[in-house]
Amino acid sequence: MAVQQLTGEELSERVSAAVPDSVVASADGVLFVEPAKIADVAGFMKSDSRLDFNFLNSISAVDYINYFEVVYHLTSMNKHHTAIVKTRLDGRDELILPSVYHLWRGADFQEREIWDLMGISFSGHPNLKRIMLWEGFDGHPLRKDYL
Amino acid sequence: MPIQTEPMTVNIGPQHPSTHGVFRLRVTFDGEDILEVEPIFGYLHRGTEKLAEERNYTQIVTLTDRLDYVSSMINNQAYCLAVEELIGVEVPQRAKYLRTLTAELQRVASHLMGIGFFLQDLGTLGTPLMYAFRLRERILDLFEMLCGARITVSYMRPGGVFFDAPDDFWPALDQFLKDFDTEYKELEQLILENEIVMVRTRGVSLLPLELAINNSVSGPSLRASGSDWDWRKMAPYDAYDRMEFDIPTATGGDNYDRFWVRIQEIHQSIRMVRQCIQQIEPGPIRADVPLVLRPEPGAEAYGRVEASKGELAFYLVSDGGISPYRCKVRSPSLMNLTTIEHLLVGWKLADMIVTLGSLDINLGEVDR
Repeated sequence: MAVQQLTGEELSERVSAAVPDSVVASADGVLFVEPAKIADVAGFMKSDSRLDFNFLNSISAVDYINYFEVVYHLTSMNKHHTAIVKTRLDGRDELILPSVYHLWRGADFQEREIWDLMGISFSGHPNLKRIMLWEGFDGHPLRKDYL
Repeated sequence: MPIQTEPMTVNIGPQHPSTHGVFRLRVTFDGEDILEVEPIFGYLHRGTEKLAEERNYTQIVTLTDRLDYVSSMINNQAYCLAVEELIGVEVPQRAKYLRTLTAELQRVASHLMGIGFFLQDLGTLGTPLMYAFRLRERILDLFEMLCGARITVSYMRPGGVFFDAPDDFWPALDQFLKDFDTEYKELEQLILENEIVMVRTRGVSLLPLELAINNSVSGPSLRASGSDWDWRKMAPYDAYDRMEFDIPTATGGDNYDRFWVRIQEIHQSIRMVRQCIQQIEPGPIRADVPLVLRPEPGAEAYGRVEASKGELAFYLVSDGGISPYRCKVRSPSLMNLTTIEHLLVGWKLADMIVTLGSLDINLGEVDR
């Protein structure tokens, strides 16, 4: 059975009903959510029996200079569908996002990597330290202003 | 009077603790029992994602070779699929078959290394590894005929492949498939029913399915825990929609099952190689795309394949320039490594390297 992508438009209604004030927009098949609500939204998408996103494919961060985008690729191995959830963090300093470690242990290394290379920290991650580079390294080299 | 003991912390690595790359494990032992494990890596971090932001879309193919360097064809494939999604180009049929064929040969080569080093880690010094390498060598020779390189192949390009197979490639491939049957059977007879392998690996380092999924484990390690999830079936790419193959699964999730699933997957890969030979037809091998690509600003793609280690994906974001604005690699080896703590704690020193071997990680891909 082939995998279908659930678009942001399809997800938007259910997510905003379950987690109030969480959805910012939905466009191009992507669901945009408030950064402070990301763990709540992820928790709903994982536990809801119709969505059932039990597998976290990847977490990526993109530096857009004025803001950062963190992208979650999710899959439900039981329901055979995927989704893309994004959240936007304005500014460049003291960026904090709720961790999804407690939902998917697979977030462990990826959140550490984003902290290490992009400088976004995750509240609730039990072991948030550098992963590719060594402790004491200065800066976050995947940022656009690290040249 | 009881003997006084205390836990002892030992650094294993950062040289090759087995032969899987530069990796370090900080392990606390109570005698021979493992109490705590901390994986430490990054020694092979080359900043591939940052480098990709400085190269054009075609040049990045060479960077992907150096991720999982025993599986470079499949890395090429994942990256090219992502770029093709980004620019919306259709790949010619012949190129799809050449890609599927080389990807499956590469999977065989990668699994042979996985199996060989797993047995090496068990203490079988040399013999099975050399049997595995004898076969892998033949595959690398075939790659050399295709593109001149054996490891860092850079054979694929966005839009297709770089070279068509030379005329003498097909007879050489046929000869390889003939020899494969007997030589692989020899290897299987040597290892599959081997009592020492069974006793050392059965029931060791169990990975329950729930935990595997929660830890984002994919590939053979996931299928050894009971899932039949395989992206070649779930979201077929290139010529996989026309391939008949089974997905070998096991239910125990122990070291033996992870090893066994790889052995069985090799049979399925060879089956697909044979189908590719039957189905491939003459035609163009590369779509007409410019050398320097400029995707639409804001376009993004998540190109994913079932690589030999699991789900390999490239998340590309374009700003309209000649290089990707962001090129993130979803590395199966890194994600599979998340389970290492669970797999090792409570087991013994002698099982440690074997368990690491059963995960078949590649540090080029973990560290990127």
